[in-house]
Amino acid sequence: MKKKKSIKYIIGDIVGLMTCFFVFIVPFIFMLVNALKDRREANRLSLALPEMPQWQNFVEVFKTGDYQILTAFKNSIILTAFSVLGLVVFSAMAGYVIQRRKDRTTKIVNTLVMAGLMIPAAILPTIWVMQTVHLYKTMPGMILVEIALQTPFTIMLYRGFMSTIPIELEEAAYIDGCTPFSVFRKIIFPLLKPVTATVVILDAVTIFNDFTNPLYFFPGKENLTVQVTLYNFMGQFSSSYNMLFADVLIITVPMLVIFLIFNQKIVDGMVAGSVKG
Amino acid sequence: MNKKKIYSSWFLAPSMIVFSVFFLLPMVLSLFFSMTVWNFNGFEFCGFDNFIMFFKEDSLRIGIRNSLLYAVLTCVLKLVLAFFIALFLTSKIKTKTIQRSIVFFPNLVSTVAVGITFSALMHPSKGLLNKCLEFIGLNGVDWLGNTKIALFSVIATDVWKGLSIATIIFIAGIQSIDKTYYEAAMMDGANFWQRLKAITIPLSRSSMNSIILLSFIGGLRSFDLIWSMTGGGPGFATDVMASIIYKQYAAGYYGLSTAGNVIMFVIIAVIAFPLQRFLLSKEVD
Repeated sequence: MKKKKSIKYIIGDIVGLMTCFFVFIVPFIFMLVNALKDRREANRLSLALPEMPQWQNFVEVFKTGDYQILTAFKNSIILTAFSVLGLVVFSAMAGYVIQRRKDRTTKIVNTLVMAGLMIPAAILPTIWVMQTVHLYKTMPGMILVEIALQTPFTIMLYRGFMSTIPIELEEAAYIDGCTPFSVFRKIIFPLLKPVTATVVILDAVTIFNDFTNPLYFFPGKENLTVQVTLYNFMGQFSSSYNMLFADVLIITVPMLVIFLIFNQKIVDGMVAGSVKG
Repeated sequence: MNKKKIYSSWFLAPSMIVFSVFFLLPMVLSLFFSMTVWNFNGFEFCGFDNFIMFFKEDSLRIGIRNSLLYAVLTCVLKLVLAFFIALFLTSKIKTKTIQRSIVFFPNLVSTVAVGITFSALMHPSKGLLNKCLEFIGLNGVDWLGNTKIALFSVIATDVWKGLSIATIIFIAGIQSIDKTYYEAAMMDGANFWQRLKAITIPLSRSSMNSIILLSFIGGLRSFDLIWSMTGGGPGFATDVMASIIYKQYAAGYYGLSTAGNVIMFVIIAVIAFPLQRFLLSKEVD
């Protein structure tokens, strides 16, 4: 009986790994081998190994359009870093108050935020607003829009985590004469560290991989982000798949590195976040 | 000390200002602008013309149908597949950690990159997918070029990419179920399906609800995958609400584009909010 069970699990292992391999790994191998082929070979779109690995494809991609991919990386990194910074600070403060104080103001705020989780952005009026305050096509404007759009999700995570922090700590600090802000800064914010890690990873991946919003709110030759460059490459290199896949790889690598470093943290963090959310 | 002073409203101010100016205000403005012919310099009121146009023109109306189809199908497929994958990955198999990581992986690849890769895999004459079909003696399919199939090909790709999140939410839900329920059920001689029906499904209800809502709303809003795989084509076969909003914007019909946005709000308000109510009411604590 026992033996039969363990054989069943081994078969499960094998079938599971094979399915994983064909469904999730093969597309990735496909990108990799084709990024290393020359043009003629890559356009056959096969899974065969390259005859001669063409490492210069990657150099080529960087050189394209006067090193525009470097500009794009710079923009994407600035956009991601500042948006995530803003989101962490603003949403932690809001989530803290929404969870601790239950009155009419926080109820209204909470309802608006939850509605924001579902409703998509009204795109053209957003551009109109940005233009009115002279932030359209600027980096600060783009950062503010990303913050606004990710705020509901981020507040939700912080609010959920706040409920696990005992209120007695704050009360003690007040009796000792701390100001509301220093209580938050010195006591609450350090305790929020686990959820902050989740927020940083999830928001960074979302914003770095965002294509739609930069397409609308950050157009212009100087204002490229990596996803928009990738999309432009699609038109430019429609007949040289090797360049296209080399670009795909270059853009995926930063996320892959994050994934390899934080592998378990990401999955655990998401599990924790979704349970409490 | 009073709560209002300790938990000062100033803490809410920064996020609420940004959220109001760049999300709520545009949303309210869209109700007005959807009834005008406008550009960023001026507007002219035109009543409900934009909405009438939206429902009259086939090329616009198809977006509503496609968006709904897309949302329902991706939602159902992700729910069912993710449930069984999660069940498998919470069982006693040995390689579950590595398999979980592999399943999570597509989540990190950007949607545009996924779109490019799958368009290549679905290439009608050279694509790997058709090569496999030929190998087992079947005729190849024009995955993205056939108007009847294209939308479903994009939906399948969306499921491939979105499966990871749904699976992780399910794993969390299934792991939090008290093991003693299963022990008691085994004692009473309940078989696998009975345990599934009586314990796992009802007790992972809240994960199920999150997945339904997340993927349904995500499906209604979907844009980048469709845009990078088919651009709405062939013809208008894969146009969804979000791609129509973009096309009308690119063509300079700002009023129509904004009306598309408002229709999306209405669809979400009419379907998603009651759906959420319904799902929450069914949840067992």
